[in-house]
Amino acid sequence: MTLLETVNLKKYFGDTHAVDDVNLTIAEAEFVSVVGPNGAGKTSLCNVVSAYLAPDSGKIIFKGSDVTHSSVTERVKAGIARSFQLVNLFDDLTAFDNVALAIFSRDGKIRNMTTLAHRDRGVTIEADTILDQFGLVNKRNEIARGLAQGERKLLDVALAYALRPKLLFLDEPTSGVSTRDKDKIMDTIASVVRGGGITAVIIEHDMDVVFKYSNRIVVMHQGAILAQGTPHAIRNNDNVAMILLGSSGPDAFSRKD
Amino acid sequence: MTMVIAPATGTSIWRITIVSAIILVILAILPQLVEPYQTVLLTYGLIMAIAALGFNLLLGYTGLLSFGHSAYFGAGAYTVAFIMRDFGAHSMELCIVGGMLGTLIIAAVFGFVCVRHTRIFFGILTLALSQVLWSLAFKFFWVTGGTDGIRVASANLTLVGGLIDFKGARSFQRFIYAYYYYVLVLFAISTIILWVITHSPFGKALQAIRDNETRAQFVGISVRRYRWIAFMISGTFTGLAGILWVPLNGLTTPDILYWPFSGEIVFMTVLGGFRSFSGPIVGAMAFNYLKTYAIASTEYWQLLLGVVLVILVMALPAGIVGTAARLAAKLRRWK
Repeated sequence: MTLLETVNLKKYFGDTHAVDDVNLTIAEAEFVSVVGPNGAGKTSLCNVVSAYLAPDSGKIIFKGSDVTHSSVTERVKAGIARSFQLVNLFDDLTAFDNVALAIFSRDGKIRNMTTLAHRDRGVTIEADTILDQFGLVNKRNEIARGLAQGERKLLDVALAYALRPKLLFLDEPTSGVSTRDKDKIMDTIASVVRGGGITAVIIEHDMDVVFKYSNRIVVMHQGAILAQGTPHAIRNNDNVAMILLGSSGPDAFSRKD
Repeated sequence: MTMVIAPATGTSIWRITIVSAIILVILAILPQLVEPYQTVLLTYGLIMAIAALGFNLLLGYTGLLSFGHSAYFGAGAYTVAFIMRDFGAHSMELCIVGGMLGTLIIAAVFGFVCVRHTRIFFGILTLALSQVLWSLAFKFFWVTGGTDGIRVASANLTLVGGLIDFKGARSFQRFIYAYYYYVLVLFAISTIILWVITHSPFGKALQAIRDNETRAQFVGISVRRYRWIAFMISGTFTGLAGILWVPLNGLTTPDILYWPFSGEIVFMTVLGGFRSFSGPIVGAMAFNYLKTYAIASTEYWQLLLGVVLVILVMALPAGIVGTAARLAAKLRRWK
């Protein structure tokens, strides 16, 4: 079942072709990685699909309906959520309130101004469960600003996950995190996302991470899709290795230099 | 699985309730102990506290600095004056309902324009729109009385649906005494309503918008609409303060629509501490006394007030309540 389809999607910034005629199809329950060198248009693609930026032309079809011109909030309600490369949190609220807010919003309870937010047992339990899944439950009462970088990254993803989206875009969830923490974060994210039956599109630089977790890899270069396929096919694609690594050969991705 | 279900919330609500009840009892006893003049001062303080609390829903909770809240204070005050003069109404409750409706309409229109912008543009727009209202009050003197304003006689007023009136002897003395309790009750109600709003999911959404507008959108909050609603609530409560202020002052003049008055509302909120719920209450009370005693002690009261306020803000950058909270936290750590 196709969940998301982009048709001839274009986004130019002057002479820069950030997204150039992209036709991408994401099927339900896939775990897709989008890779490519810096400036390949990965984040721009994510921005256009999540309505952060309007496309210059082309169409975005989500669950069979055209959402090209819908707003951010409409797209969130339709079931598209995203996390951010540069952590975007409610910095003066607690970790708990950050997650609870997403749940209130998702359940349509956010307009309610006559009850106390902390008194909603259902939301409290769910927020704590999500914090627990992301290993943050011990930090629930801490202000988001004071959390460590790795925790902030996880909270950023937890916020998007709490919306229970159909499609979740994760923009470099492990960037700016120490190598030691990377695996832990990715393991957490992968298990939570798979467990929740969520289709995920992840933008990532670290090829080890990409090969380990994805069903399918999409390689972007200069705004366009250069290649896509299974981790196995991408690993053995010389063209891709040249673009990503600057060298090719059968073991280009496993050579450590 | 480790589960912690809001252990702090239950106890903190009890603590807040008990502390508030104690403060309320003290405020209720005070007029029996002090001279009438102090009761009047206290009434003004409570009224300004409502104005500042309303204002702070925008500044402290939504992250929007309005430099035009005189517009809503004035809108409330003038609506009451119109209701009493042109419709011959006497009931204070009628004035409150009418005044709040009038303020709500103006806040809805002004807010609709202002929330399209943020930061300095928002501030300038609120200021400009409030000045429009001021110039209308100033120029249309056949309606508004111009600089003379409109007199609102407390003797003509009835409270609690006509149960309390001020006809006959010692009218003013009876009025200030009864009116103090009337304002105290409305202050308590307003405080409870605003406290609940700021702790509701809606209130959390406002804080989310304040902290990160982009992310707020990406959790599905319609940022502009929520800002607008916050603007209307904020304006309406500041309007309520204006409504309550008029009978006590006995007169409404364009001064309360003029921008320095907006500045006073900003100032008392910052003085008390806009990062805490109770900051504006403390700030309004403190400002009220400072201003009164500055006026009483010298002809150059603005200068004296200005110097005192500059020193206070420099010494207490987090406001009175913010600084007190920090000190308390430090003391706790020492123990």
